[in-house]
This record gives sequence, structure tokens and C-alpha cells, in this order.
Amino acid sequence: MNDPLRPPMRQANYRGQINRAHSPVLAGGTPWATIMLGSLAPVLPVIPAVPVLPPLGFLLLLGWRLVRPGLLPLWAGVPLGLFDDLFSGQPFGSAILLWSLALIAVELVEARFPWRGFLHDWQAAAALIILYIVASAVFSGGKLSVAPLVLGPQILLSILSYPIVAQMIALFDRMRLARIRKIG
Amino acid sequence: MAPPNAKRSGFSRRAQYSIFTGYVLAGIGALIGGVLLIVSLRDPHFFSGPRMDAMDAVAPVGKAGAVVRTESKGLLGTVQGYLSAGSRNARLREEVELARIRLAEADAVRNENQRLKALLKLTEEEIKPVAIARLIGGTSSSTRRFAFLSAGKKDGVAPGMPVRSARGLVGRVLEVGDSSARVLLLTDSESMVPVRRAKDNVIAFAEGRADGSLRLRLVNLGINPIREGDIFVTSGAGGLYRPGIAVAMATRLNKDGAIARLLSDPAATDFVVVDPIWKSVAVQAVTAPPGTPLP
Repeated sequence: MNDPLRPPMRQANYRGQINRAHSPVLAGGTPWATIMLGSLAPVLPVIPAVPVLPPLGFLLLLGWRLVRPGLLPLWAGVPLGLFDDLFSGQPFGSAILLWSLALIAVELVEARFPWRGFLHDWQAAAALIILYIVASAVFSGGKLSVAPLVLGPQILLSILSYPIVAQMIALFDRMRLARIRKIG
Repeated sequence: MAPPNAKRSGFSRRAQYSIFTGYVLAGIGALIGGVLLIVSLRDPHFFSGPRMDAMDAVAPVGKAGAVVRTESKGLLGTVQGYLSAGSRNARLREEVELARIRLAEADAVRNENQRLKALLKLTEEEIKPVAIARLIGGTSSSTRRFAFLSAGKKDGVAPGMPVRSARGLVGRVLEVGDSSARVLLLTDSESMVPVRRAKDNVIAFAEGRADGSLRLRLVNLGINPIREGDIFVTSGAGGLYRPGIAVAMATRLNKDGAIARLLSDPAATDFVVVDPIWKSVAVQAVTAPPGTPLP
């Protein structure tokens, strides 16, 4: 019973059970749904005078792509970026462009470094976050006179929140493959 | 984590093609995004239709969130109040004394004002608000500063209408959906409001800086008459905002004006009032092409 190679906890969670199965909707839709929820952050009742909150949709996109490669197709930046543009306040098209480019960039990083640790992922995410926030500010259509002062804290906060986002995604990933009751 | 095996195409033509197609699709997507971006930078309102439809769809959620924000703020305030009750009590008592004096002075001024207006046979113009609504959210991670309002076309809100809270001006309506609207906050770098100093007629423009403060640019350059702590109100120039709505307080002087702090922080507002455009005919005259007849 107490086989060291198959701890009881694992068996309960991952082995098939009678009348329980993965839901295809949950397994395929969780990444998309969580990223879209992240894009809806502007509807949160927080109206700061300064842009300080990390771009949650983009962080979740990066997280899913880096923590769990192979789930999001390379073109996922187009529909997800379109949704983000509806709420973010940026000019329409900025997230479509930047999210697509970010996914291509991650693909290239992955081709160059197939085996990566968490720190390496974090490094890649940090570079992309800096580029994304600066490029968003450039494409925002506003004047850039005070932008450097404003962007610093936001970039820092976003980079620091990547590990939390990655943990959240690991949690969502477990939820994604949860076995739920099957009828028939 | 290492990429799953499907990523390595090896010698399989089919796998190679599918990876190539992925790159092509993503590249085309990025191109489309770039084109859309150029279009919307040229004409910011080009995509306002789908944007406002989307906002209408999620507005109810935001409205519920706004209620929670207001109530939780009250709760936090209560807790904070207990922690600093003693010292604050003494300070408040002193402030109340001062405020009573000021109030009496203000009453005197108001009386005098009424008397003088009566002499001049000026009638007080009553401005009825178009709508009273909540700010349900704001762009919290973009450098552009927009907020979303829980009233739209159905409530008679139209682009250009000023939005103010009890503490002062918040911004103006930029785009309108059926039941929600997008508000350009004063701190957005594209926002510009004509203001004057509350106690006299030093005229300036309050220009948004994306870092949450306003930049006051004096119209008449010369010796900078602004002092720290001066309050600025709307001047009514341009016809959009009626005169006398509080806007900002000067905090730091510079060569051609001052940096000012916003009086009505959108984060602290609960309900906001949407006012009609003050002199709509004047605004029409400015925006209409020359030669068109005016009402």
C-alpha cells in the first residue's frame, strides 16, 4: 500500500476514478478564461491616479506560456490581445501587436534554451515585461514627458509579481485537470 | 519546464509545416495589430463602438465592485479612526473653530454677492445635472488615464460633458455606450482645462501629467504670481466647464506656472455628477466648420 514510487496522495488526484473524468472545456479553456479575466482588471473598482498596477492580462499570458508551454498556440496573442484592447485604455491594436510579438519572442527563447529553470523563466519574463510596458507607453498616444518616472514603479511591481502569477498559474493548472463527475 | 516533444519537428514534414504555419499566423496577427494601432492612433474614436459595447456588457459587474469599494473604504476608515482618534480629535476641534469663522465670512460674502447681483438684475442660473452615477473602474495599468462611468446614452450622457464629484472636477466624458461611458480624467496627458486662481484672475491651463499631478501653465508669462497652496477653479473659457468648479491646488512652483495636486482624486470618489456642457452653442461654434449656421 505504501509504495514510495506511488504516494497515496498522487493516486487519489491523478488516477482515473469511476465516474470521474477530465472536462475538455475546463482543460482547454482555463488558460484563455484566466487571461481574459486578467484583462478585465480595469473593471476592478480601483481608479489610481498613477498607473501602478501590473498589466495583469499580459502577466497571465506570459505565465501560461512559460509555466505551461504547449497549451497556448503561437497565434493566441491576436484574440487575447483584441479582448485586452477593449478594456485597457490603450489605442486599439496595441495589445494585439505586442502580445503577438511577445509570444514569438518566448518561442525564440524556448528554441534557444529548451531546458530552463524558474529563474531563467523569470529573467525572460522580466525582459519582456520591461519591453512591453515601455512599448505600451510609447504607443499610448499620450505625451511622454513624465513617463520614465511613472513607469519605474509599475515595471518593478510587475517583475516582482511574476513569481506570484506563476504560482497562481500552477494552481489553475491543477484545477484545469481536475476530475469532475461524468454522466453516462 | 522543457517544451513538450511535439515542439521538436525532427524530420517530419508535417510537424515542420505546422510550426511554420504557427509563426506565419502569429506574424500576420502582429501585422494586423500594427495596422489597427496606426489607425487608432490617427483617429482615437475609430474603435469606440466595439469598445463601448464591451464595456456595457461588463458594467454591471463593475457597478457591484464600486459598491464594495465604497463600503470597504468606510470599514478601513473606521478602523483607522480608532487607531488615531486621540491626536486627531484635538486637531479636528481646532480646525472646526477655524472653519466656523471661515463659514461666517463666506456667508457674508454670499449675502453681499446676492445683493450686488440683485442690483445688477442678474438671475442665478440653475444647472441641473444630467446624471448621477458611479465611477466603476479605471485603466489601472495603462499610461492613459481613463475611468468608466455607470451611466451612458440612456441617461442622456453625451461626449464632452464635464464629470465632477463633491470635491471638484474629475474629468470629461469621452465616449458613450448605452449604459456606460468612458471618462478622460484630468491627469491624462491629453487633458487640458482652462483654470483661474480662486481668489483673483490669474489665468492658466491645467494640463494632465500621467503621474497623478497637474501642470499649471500660466497664460500671461512674466513674474510667476502663484504661491504654494493656491486653489485653482475652472474659468469657464472654452464653454465646456462652467466656471467655479474646484480643480487643483498648487504644490510646487516652476518657471511658467506650477505643479498642482488634484483636488478630487478619482480613487476617493463615490458618486459623481455629470453636468451638461456649459455653453454648448459656443462649443459648437468652435468645433463646426466655418460657414455652418448655428442654432
